[in-house]
Amino acid sequence: MNDPITKVSIIISKGSLDGIYPALIMANGARAEGIEANLFFTFFGLDAIHKARHEHIKLSTVGNPGLHMPTMLGGIPGVSTVMTHYMNHKMEQLDIPSIPEFIEMIADTGAGLYACQASVDLFGLEKNDFIPQVADIITVGEFYTNANGGQIIFT
Amino acid sequence: MPTSTIADTTIELNDDGFFTEPEQWTELMVAELAKREGIDPVTDDHWKVIRFMRSEYLTKGSGPSVRMLGKTSGVTVKELYQLFPKGPAKVAARIAGIPKPRGCI
Repeated sequence: MNDPITKVSIIISKGSLDGIYPALIMANGARAEGIEANLFFTFFGLDAIHKARHEHIKLSTVGNPGLHMPTMLGGIPGVSTVMTHYMNHKMEQLDIPSIPEFIEMIADTGAGLYACQASVDLFGLEKNDFIPQVADIITVGEFYTNANGGQIIFT
Repeated sequence: MPTSTIADTTIELNDDGFFTEPEQWTELMVAELAKREGIDPVTDDHWKVIRFMRSEYLTKGSGPSVRMLGKTSGVTVKELYQLFPKGPAKVAARIAGIPKPRGCI
């Protein structure tokens, strides 16, 4: 039996529903196993912790072969919104929380939430744009220091 | 399958420390089981969660996930992790003598 995992640092780099949820499940699941967890939001992942945007995360319907739907169809105005709505509805039936609720819950478990400094600069954002649960805006070097001794999961 | 003795009773635990025979559990075992999990003393809030987990298992066949616990036990997720830092559903299940709850949320 290998040594158990004691810490994970999870990177969230995508801004779509399907790009964000896996990381949240991993983070929440880690905490439930008593594994320390840090979340690092970068690039479009910042939308998940952005006050004005975190309630409007959409499913990617274009160039998403996993949807089994032609990309031309996915690009029609409104399709992304409808599919997102449908997806959210299905998740609600399974009691999977919405992204804002999920992230708040993950913060309540004691996980650390961090925004990427470089991405914040790139998009012209500031700490005030983010939900209060975000502990700090950190650099990649600081991320690595925090990740020391644990596993890194990139999503 | 490791056997153990708690409160003068022999119990069977699986390799992860969960009861294989939940019927062997009694409330008298809680203090010792909790100590093994690094929880000492067992407060009223701990008891609330432990009893809730046990009753959920007995009525529903499975212990609740952390989210369920937070929503229905009267103890918030934040408080749950303060009471059971190493994972509320997992640790409370061990102390409550029930199998590990399965669930991803």
